Order: sequence, then C-alpha cells, then structure tokens
Amino acid sequence: MIELIIIGLNHKTAPIEIREKLAFHESEMEKALLQAHSIHSLKENMILSTCNRVELYAIVREPEKAVQDLKLFLSQYHHLPLQEFEKNLYLLVGEEAVRHIFRVSSSLDSMVVGEPQILGQIKSAYQMATDLKTSGIILHRLLHRAFHVAKRVRTETKISNSSVSVSSVAVELAEKIFGTLEKRTVLLIGAGEMSELAARHLVSAGVEKILVTNRTYERARSFALQFNGEAIPFEEMGQGLKKADIVISATDASQYLILPDQVVKLMKERKQRPVFFIDIADPRDIAPEVGDLANVYLYNIDDLQKVANENMKDRQKEAQKAETIVNDEVAKFVQWYQSLEITPTVVALRKKFEEIRARELEKTFSLHPNLTEKERQSIEAMTTAIINKILHDPITRLKQKDEEVMSDFYIHTLQTLFQLPDQTGEELKEED
Amino acid sequence: MRDCHQTKPIFSNQEYNNMLNIYFIQLASLLYLLGTLSYLFYIVLLKDFLSRLAAMMVTFGFASHTLGILTRLLEAGYTPVTNLHESLSFFAWMIIGILLIANLKYKIKVLGAFLSSIALILMLFALTLPKEILPLHPVLRSFWHPFHVTFAFLGNSIFTLAFCCGVVYLIQEHQLKSKKMGALAKRLPSLKVLDDLNYQALKFGFPLLSLGIITGAVWAEYAWGRYWGWDPKETWSLITWFLYAAMLHQRLTVGWRGRKAAIMAIVGFLAVLFTFLGVNLLLPGLHTYSNWEP
Repeated sequence: MIELIIIGLNHKTAPIEIREKLAFHESEMEKALLQAHSIHSLKENMILSTCNRVELYAIVREPEKAVQDLKLFLSQYHHLPLQEFEKNLYLLVGEEAVRHIFRVSSSLDSMVVGEPQILGQIKSAYQMATDLKTSGIILHRLLHRAFHVAKRVRTETKISNSSVSVSSVAVELAEKIFGTLEKRTVLLIGAGEMSELAARHLVSAGVEKILVTNRTYERARSFALQFNGEAIPFEEMGQGLKKADIVISATDASQYLILPDQVVKLMKERKQRPVFFIDIADPRDIAPEVGDLANVYLYNIDDLQKVANENMKDRQKEAQKAETIVNDEVAKFVQWYQSLEITPTVVALRKKFEEIRARELEKTFSLHPNLTEKERQSIEAMTTAIINKILHDPITRLKQKDEEVMSDFYIHTLQTLFQLPDQTGEELKEED
Repeated sequence: MRDCHQTKPIFSNQEYNNMLNIYFIQLASLLYLLGTLSYLFYIVLLKDFLSRLAAMMVTFGFASHTLGILTRLLEAGYTPVTNLHESLSFFAWMIIGILLIANLKYKIKVLGAFLSSIALILMLFALTLPKEILPLHPVLRSFWHPFHVTFAFLGNSIFTLAFCCGVVYLIQEHQLKSKKMGALAKRLPSLKVLDDLNYQALKFGFPLLSLGIITGAVWAEYAWGRYWGWDPKETWSLITWFLYAAMLHQRLTVGWRGRKAAIMAIVGFLAVLFTFLGVNLLLPGLHTYSNWEP
C-alpha cells in the first residue's frame, strides 16, 4: 500500500524559535531534498519551507516506518534532538493530507488568510522537486491540482480582494483619494515604529517623496535617511504641510497638534489640493473636526483598524466559500487516487484468470486433438465469456466511487483470496 | 409662428416607419440597452469581460447610430437636427461618442454605465416621438445650422460627462468621509480621476458652448436680422454659459475643486437640460420649430 503523508509544523503549532531551527534554507534545499529522497521508505518527496511553515510531503510505502524515518531525518539534518520539536509536529495522512495541501496553496492555512505569497513558494518548492526528480506521478498530480484549487479560490471567491492590515488600508484609501501615488509626497510628523511601517507601505505603493519632522531634529534626520527623505525642523512643519499630500502624525504630544483653523488656512494656501491626514498617535494629534473640512480626509488609527476588521470579516466569509471548493476538489482527487489502487488489482485479477483459462484450454485441446477449428473457437469464446461474467460484478463493485471506505478492504481481500502480488508500488514506479 | 410652417410631410406616416435610418436607430438603442446592462452587471460582479462586452456593445451601437444619422441626412438632404426626435438622437449619439473617447484614456466603467444609461433614456424618448422627415423650415436652411447644433450638442455631451463625474464624486467622497470602505467605494474610481475628468470636461465643454452660442448669434443675424433677441433659448443659454464661466474662473483662481466642482457640474448640467428640453417644452419661442406637441 502506498500513502501520502505530510509531516511538518507551522505558525499555529510552533513558535518562531523552533520554526527557525527547522527551516531549510534555499541554498541547501537541493541537498536536503536528495538526502530525504534516499530514505528507503520514501517513493516521492518535496519540502516546503517558508517563514511560517516547514513541511515534508511524501509518498511512502509503509506510513508508520516512513514517519519515523522522516522525523529522524529532520532531527539529524538540523542537529536538533527530536524531543525538542516533536510536540510541535503534525502528521497528516491520505485524504487529510490532500486537504491540507489544497488549503495551504489557496492560502486558507496562512497566518493572514488570503495573502497570496504562499502559492509562489509552493510552486518553487515543487519546481525544485521536479528538477531533482524527487517527485513522481502522485505528487505531480497532487501539486497541479493544488495550483488549480488555488486558482479557483482566487477567481471564484473574493478572498484576497481587500486590505486587512492598517497600513494597507491606509494605502488603499490614499489611492481612492489620489489615484496613483506616484509623485505624491508624504509628511511624517514624529518618528516611530508605526509611522515607519506606514511609510514603507506607501513607498512600495509608489510615493515619491518622504518628509520627516520631529521635535528632535537629529531623530528626524536619521529617520529621513532610511527613506532617502528630507528632514524638516519641527518649527517649520507648516512648510511640510503645504507640500505634502499625505500626512502621518504619530507624536506623543498630549494635546492636538493640528487644529481646524490652521487647516482652513492651509487649504487656502494649497488652493484646495486634497490632503489625507492619518493620525496614528495616542492621544490624537489632529483635532477630529479637521476631517469635516472640504478636500480634507482624516482617519485615525481606530478608523483604519475598523476598516481592516470589516475587510477581515469579509475575507473570512469568502474563506468559507473557499473551503467548499477545497472539499469538492479533495473528493475529486481521492477518487483519482483510489482508481490508481484499483486498476492494478483489476489487471492482476484478470491476468490470473486469463492464465488459468489458457492453461486449462491447452489441456482440453490436447485431450481432444480432432476438434475442428470452429469448435475450438467456440470453446475459447465460451471460456472467455465465463470469466467475463464471473468478474463483471466484483469489478463493477470495486470501481464504485461512493464506497471509498470499502474499496480498500475489497482490494485487500481480493489480493489475499487470489494471492495477487501487491504491485501497486511497482507499477507506479514504472510510470515515473 | 409655428403654425404657419406646418407643412405636409415629404413621406407619409407609413413610409417613414419603414425608412432605413429608423432601423439603424432602433438597432443602436438595442445595443445601448445591452451595453448598459453589461455595465451594470460589471458593477455588481466585477468580472472584466463584462466591461469589455459593454464597451463593445456601445461601440457597435455607436456605429449603427452613425449609420442611422448618415442615412437620415441622405434621405432628408439636410443635417438631421431639426426637431425633438432628431435632437435627442443627436445628443445621445454625441454622449456615446464622448464615452468612447473618455474610455480610451480613463477606462471608465462606472461612468460608462451612467453615460450609456443617459444615452439610452434619450434614445427611448426619441423613439416615441414623431419621426417624419419634413421639408426644411426656411429659417433652418442655413450654412450656420450644422455648426451651431454640432458645437452646442458636443458641449452638452461633454457637460453630461462632467455631470456623471460630479455625481460619482459626491458618492465616493461620502464613502471616504464617512469612513466606509465597503463594496461601493471599491467599485468607484478615485476622487482624483473623477475631479480630473470633471476639469477636462469643463476645459473642452466651455469653449464648445461658447462657439455654439456665437454661431447661433451669427445665424440669428442672418435669419432674423439681429444677433441677440432674448428669446427664452438665448436667455437660458446665456445663464448656462455664465454658470460654466464662473466654474472655470473659480477653479483657476481659488481652486474650486473636489466637492464644490462636483456640485457645480451637477447644477450646470441641470441648466443645460433646461436650456435644451425645458425651454422647448415649457417656454415657446423661436427655437420651437418642431412639430411635436407636448
């Protein structure tokens, strides 16, 4: 019997310290793959290693032995005693393993559900396994189905359509106000972790220029340096406000830094060019009334978080739809997988009957040498018909797709009763 | 004034219904309907092929419409913008033309839905009206007539685009101000694009409106011996002109953009509509030669 197994750990089962220790670096991936492939109980294998998960996918002959071998491999390869990480490992077999791969590739198992990077990572892991020929017919089919599922999920649900982090919501809003962010200028008031994160997002969305102002000018300067930006003395903040399209404020001032009257004046000077204020300070830096002015858009951290949460809810709803797609595809794959097992058994069974028939015919014909050609033909036809009729019912039964549980049992029974060779594995190896 | 020019149609009722131009106009209306529906389905489902389908339908509709206007021109022997049926159809034709031009640069989808539905309404209205081709009223038989109507309706069509931008701008702005980033906000274009288009429309529409009024005045001098006579149509054109002039001036000097510009585009369009339809239907004057009785 051959079986698909997955052994691994991810962000849900293991802390980052353990994940780091078990990660396979890209440079040594080839070596690791080949080393794993040399384990005798493995027929096919591939390794997926990202910052959130390390997983070994394998097609194996004896699942129990293979699991032990793979655990040992992980431990030896990373020079880490098994006890240290065994409790973090999960083991998935057969249908559950198929479902897992489909869920991972469609980003249903990701830290942030719907983030699309994982698909690319699986694709390159698979590519490497194909290049090194550690994957075979089953993984090949499995991964191609996984890519197909991911595509279906992407096109049939809206799982990756909305921003679910505060920074990406800010970028999306800015784009709804300014269209493209190219040639836009951002002013950061106060240099902190949050403003840095938001600024990075905006830069990668195409913002051209970053201005930084801070109560201590030195800090503004070192901060500006990171973004190739420009530092402005705190007293000249007004200049920055005049130039900037997006203003991110994150100071620890205890009272409002920017008041409506100021902004009314500012907007006149700007000839009403729109401005987007993002207030991520606590307590707030910008008086809420500022947001009521024409062509001024003001979002504070709570507003952004609320939008992100709303989007997250939508995403979870879409994830439900995606699960249905996954289930659907798992069923299809399992069907194919079982037909793999059934076919060789049927072939072996027919072969055995055919051999018996041929032997017995030969005996009969040698006992009656004076049979005419026509008589011989009709005896041949009759024996073939008998075999076909006898085999018809059991084979039909075997191929019935809805009896997933039983078919394993039937195959086993047939193999035992008729002493058929267990050649599932051999046949597949030839197909590779 | 109107009565003394009531003349027998060149073609009888039976004949004009069979005329080729009407078939083209009907086909165009059908295609605009399909285009509008595709746009609406696109907005709901966000499948790209629907917006492409919509653009295709509208393009074919425009082609059929163009053939309709050309055949009518050949059948009548003059620029077919002389009665309400023809004017509505001409207006719709230009709106779709503007849609197609704007689509080249901005890939408008939501706006496309607005423009094509406005054109569709105008077409359906036009189809209910008498479509006879009449011998041309002597006043309309002028060198200036084609220029006047082309400028005026082209200007109007561009202002229709500005109107749509204004409406969509107000909806989108409300979404952003009320801090909702829902399904609606995602589907609508950015404020920047809407405001840009509004401004572009103003820049092109205003000179065209001015040309429309000037050519009208010159023509009036030939037809009635005076450039300006405070006929209701003339008065309302001037009001419309002042509105758009104010808009342009404020935009260039004190930066009337965004919300104010959007509201003004809507107000301006209402003036356009009244000048075009309201005056014809409510205030009889020199421009009502059409034999359409409300």
